[in-house]
Amino acid sequence: MKFFTEFGRYLLLLRGMFSRPENGKMYWKEYMHQCSEIGIGSLGIVAIISVFMGAVSALQTAYQLVSPFIPLSTIAQIVRDTVILEFSPTLVCIVLAGVVGSKIAGELGNMRVSEQIDALEIMGINTKSYLVMPKLMAAITVIPMLVVISAVLGMIGGRLAATMTGILSTAQFDKGLHQFFKPYNVFFAMAKAYTFAFIISSIPAFYGYNVSGGALEIGRASTKSVVVSCVLVLFADYVLSAILL
Amino acid sequence: MIEILNIKKGFGGKTVINDVTATFKTGKCNLIIGTSGSGKTVLMKCLVGLFEPDSGEIIYDGKNFSEMNEDHRKELRQSIGMLFQGSALFDSMTVEQNVMFPLDMFAKGTPAEKMKRVNEVLDRVNLQGANKKFPAEISGGMKKRVGIARAIVLNPKYLFCDEPNSGLDPQTSLLIDKLIKEITLEYNITTIVNTHDMNSVMEIGDHIMYMYQGIKEWEGSNKEIIFSKNKLLNDFIFASEFLRDAKDMRMLEVKGKIDNNRNMDELLK
Repeated sequence: MKFFTEFGRYLLLLRGMFSRPENGKMYWKEYMHQCSEIGIGSLGIVAIISVFMGAVSALQTAYQLVSPFIPLSTIAQIVRDTVILEFSPTLVCIVLAGVVGSKIAGELGNMRVSEQIDALEIMGINTKSYLVMPKLMAAITVIPMLVVISAVLGMIGGRLAATMTGILSTAQFDKGLHQFFKPYNVFFAMAKAYTFAFIISSIPAFYGYNVSGGALEIGRASTKSVVVSCVLVLFADYVLSAILL
Repeated sequence: MIEILNIKKGFGGKTVINDVTATFKTGKCNLIIGTSGSGKTVLMKCLVGLFEPDSGEIIYDGKNFSEMNEDHRKELRQSIGMLFQGSALFDSMTVEQNVMFPLDMFAKGTPAEKMKRVNEVLDRVNLQGANKKFPAEISGGMKKRVGIARAIVLNPKYLFCDEPNSGLDPQTSLLIDKLIKEITLEYNITTIVNTHDMNSVMEIGDHIMYMYQGIKEWEGSNKEIIFSKNKLLNDFIFASEFLRDAKDMRMLEVKGKIDNNRNMDELLK
């Protein structure tokens, strides 16, 4: 029963976002601010994770592919497809659920308990629209970009690890990257990125916006939002894979 | 003028506001007083629309707030300023940006005109030179003054102050009270103040409503409150022995039994 109540409130929050902005310029400013916060703010961690993810992926694939019948360039092909299909969209979004999700829930939770949201309401501002919508739109804009950057960096990381350890040459790795490439995989990765971006921005916004109490509750809401976002990302990952692959 | 008619509000089966009717006049400091949990804040939140009353009507200068749709409420809210108990300043913005925010959102005009208005209201609340400071860098009293500046920047018709003196020393509280009073007269607005600060009651209480367990228990002015025979009100107002003695002396003074020129220190001896 509690699940349905929470889900209903979540849908009401989403519905409440759609209203005419009081001042389009201010909403645009907030949207750009959020793009910078979510996008630029997460770039460092995304880059580090992606490079190491690609490098580890290359080394572990090489370790498992010991057959002389399989060409070495296949290692690069597997790294490419693993990074595009799974690692970049899913792993990066799970990390972002922690980084971005806790930030959104914490920010809105703090605004709620310190009555800043009430202050905006009294000014005549639709707070669902002004506070949640720009975060959601910004996440949907920049997270797919981060996923693309992550995929590129993942492949660069794999290439560096493979060539530095002497598993295969740069020419062999580049050949592997090009062979049997399916553009549909990129479409699949993007479909996942957009879905996950929506989840990891709207769920923390819901928990943060509805905080009641004090600092302890903000922490709880932040943790809960990250846990729920991660579970939903994994669930959506399975559903999308089952439907689209 | 704001009128409230038979307002009722409850949470989870517990009645918090029970059939309260009152009129808050323009150009006056209207105080709602009462112990913690008496329903003052809930009543104020009903008045500004943060809570929806279970029944009753709220009328702003003849316009029924309870019957307004969301668009009309948004329009009306632009003529409402509110000072919150914790000031509710936006942490990520400077003092100047906090005060500028309602102007940027709703007012027309050039950035220079808006900045001029910001500086005007900051001057009005004696906060010259604090423009670039963040809320974390200023004192509690200054935060309240920034809150007042933000509340009046759009020339509101109604000003709500929720516990404006909480957490402030008596001297700063007095300054905030005087500021609220001056602004009320200067802008000729309807001001409603939630408080349990007795200095405020005596200093600025043009019209006082005492609430007890969600019910309006007493109504009058700061001139009348001292002579009230209402036991609940007297227990609340004159809670300490010092205040009870002060009241007795005031009564004697009024009755002419004490020389008006003698000061309080002498009387207490």
